[in-house]
Amino acid sequence: MNPRLPNSLRTGPDERGHFGNFGGRFVAETLMPLILDLEKAYAAAKADPAFQAEMNGYLKDYVGRPSPLYFAERLTEHLGGARIYLKREELNHTGSHKVNNVLGQIMVARRMGKKRIIAETGAGQHGVATATLCARFGLECVVYMGAVDVARQAPNVFRMEMLGAKVVPVQSGTRTLKDAMNEALRDWVTNVHNTFYCIGTVAGPHPYPMMVRDFQSVIGEETRKQMQEAEGRLPDSLVACIGGGSNAMGLFHPFLDDPSVEIFGVEAAGHGLTQLHAASIAGGRPGVLHGNRTYLLMDDDGQIQDAHSISAGLDYPGIGPEHSWLHETGRVTYLSATDDEALAAFMLLSRLEGIPPALESAHAIAKVTELAPKRPKEHLMVVNLSGRGDKDIPQITEILKGRKQ
Amino acid sequence: MTTRIDARFAELAKEGRSALVTFLMAGDPDPKTSLDIVKALPKAGADIIEIGMPFTDPMADGPSIQAAGLRALKGGMTLKKTLEMVRGFRKEDDTTPLVLMGYYNPIYIYGVDKFLNDARTAGVDGLIIVDLPPEEDDELCIPALKAGLNFIRLATPTTDDKRLPAVLANTSGFVYYVSITGITGAAAADSKVVGDAVARIKRHTKLPVCVGFGIRTPQAARRIAEKANGVVVGTALVDALRDSLDTQGQATTKTVAAVADLVASLAQGVRGAKQAAE
Ligand SMILES: Cc1ncc(COP(=O)(O)O)c(C=O)c1O
Repeated sequence: MNPRLPNSLRTGPDERGHFGNFGGRFVAETLMPLILDLEKAYAAAKADPAFQAEMNGYLKDYVGRPSPLYFAERLTEHLGGARIYLKREELNHTGSHKVNNVLGQIMVARRMGKKRIIAETGAGQHGVATATLCARFGLECVVYMGAVDVARQAPNVFRMEMLGAKVVPVQSGTRTLKDAMNEALRDWVTNVHNTFYCIGTVAGPHPYPMMVRDFQSVIGEETRKQMQEAEGRLPDSLVACIGGGSNAMGLFHPFLDDPSVEIFGVEAAGHGLTQLHAASIAGGRPGVLHGNRTYLLMDDDGQIQDAHSISAGLDYPGIGPEHSWLHETGRVTYLSATDDEALAAFMLLSRLEGIPPALESAHAIAKVTELAPKRPKEHLMVVNLSGRGDKDIPQITEILKGRKQ
Repeated sequence: MTTRIDARFAELAKEGRSALVTFLMAGDPDPKTSLDIVKALPKAGADIIEIGMPFTDPMADGPSIQAAGLRALKGGMTLKKTLEMVRGFRKEDDTTPLVLMGYYNPIYIYGVDKFLNDARTAGVDGLIIVDLPPEEDDELCIPALKAGLNFIRLATPTTDDKRLPAVLANTSGFVYYVSITGITGAAAADSKVVGDAVARIKRHTKLPVCVGFGIRTPQAARRIAEKANGVVVGTALVDALRDSLDTQGQATTKTVAAVADLVASLAQGVRGAKQAAE
């Protein structure tokens, strides 16, 4: 049993979907009845042992869980401080943590009798995971992707199409992830009777931030067990990159009530925090977008600003509401890494460990290179390797070619 | 307390006709032209004016209104300037009801109390905020009602009889029935279906019911006006405005007239309708 401490940080959100001042349900009336239905359907699924058992079966044999917790010996030696472990979410089927959440949501959609699934995607990893599970369960799949991202993540676009999904390039606004999310919401408003919206991160109207967190918490739960087995105790620190924040929330959540564990989220600082970036906590303030109140990048008039990151998966002007709350309570420390730091970290992990990380995860590795040397040798640090770098190799090749010239 | 909206519907009931409610985006394509258009609307036959507050991410709007918002923002429009525009309009017209429509974030950033105070003193009568359902009434709806502004809520085909009372609870001025599940600018609903929906809502409220989304022509406006207390036209006006712009997206000498002429023909359609269902 998991005794609920009276002042636990793990009991949120409240019944209206609030984490402190954040979260909520800021959507058009057309969607409200559906969101209330979803909340009920998810609560029923969560309480149903058959649902849990079915999910665990797919997690094991289809996704390939548990993902290993790997001691990165050469990275540890190189940095000369903390013992660094990589939580290998990149070894999951489809190549990232996104599949954990998509599996859960697709199982809920099936229980609700929905036959058509829509999703938004930035890097394409959430789109690939959604297209994959729709293929597996014979569901229609439409993925919205900003036209800019369609161009820079071509391998994933081919993959989604090969899996039978329809990829719709979004031409409105800044043609990146936030516009893909707007477009998915427009589709949902239009096709609300037969369509399930599979959101890719811990954002959006309640119950999404909670539901996605629950599905991703398998990462942190496994990490607890695996670290006990490897070292006989809890880790001392956790590090994960943040776009919307789902891989981070999945790793962090099971440790929120363990005060000995330091927790770090890493946002994308792009060209730098005083220039173009995607660091909502470092460079934003609380506002309301995409169904929730959270930290957002915006101007003085409340207009949403363009985010920028080398990594399409982090290029979002917001962050999940639970992170905003964890920031304000001080439980989690939010740092940021620039495009250049992420590129350097990509090269470092590839060369030292033979593991090219996704550019998203490379942001977390970048901060590990600063944090680990300052920690004692017995310090246990876990980094979430949220995805594999294969999808980014064409983009990185272009950048390196450009630099040589 | 009677607001300009209540007074206008009382007059229209006496005349035995429905309202023409027109929507345009504040500051589209530039602040001055936009004010000139709004000033021309009552003369052209608009009974109630809705003004959009531009927002970068209008998630329930179609391409036309989205583009109008971006044109306005590019032209330097802000929420503060939208309120100035209302003040400009009120210098000449103290009776036409004026409703601001948009998304919550710019208001939240402006500051709810300051916004309500500034909006009321500028001469705003009501608010329609797309992303504030009754579940979030504490944010703006309740403070707006206390400040003497109408809070007009959208009801949609997914709002069933069980949910309608919650939607109507703090609604005032009128109910805006969105005739389709979809975004602005999508295809129109059948007037028979709309008539049934209006009748259903009227079983729950005494408020006037206006119908919008997908109404583009005087004929369609007339058919809807026979069933509802008001007809809302937005995308068609925004499109007429857009089509009058030059290749750089700037207003031309035709812009004000392009919108006013369409409003006049829509007003004729609405006035030609038989008495709205009561
Ligand atoms: C590999 C990988 N890591 C991280 C992210 C960021 O998402 P989140 O912050 O929700 O984990 C993405 C998003 O596409 C991703 O593909």
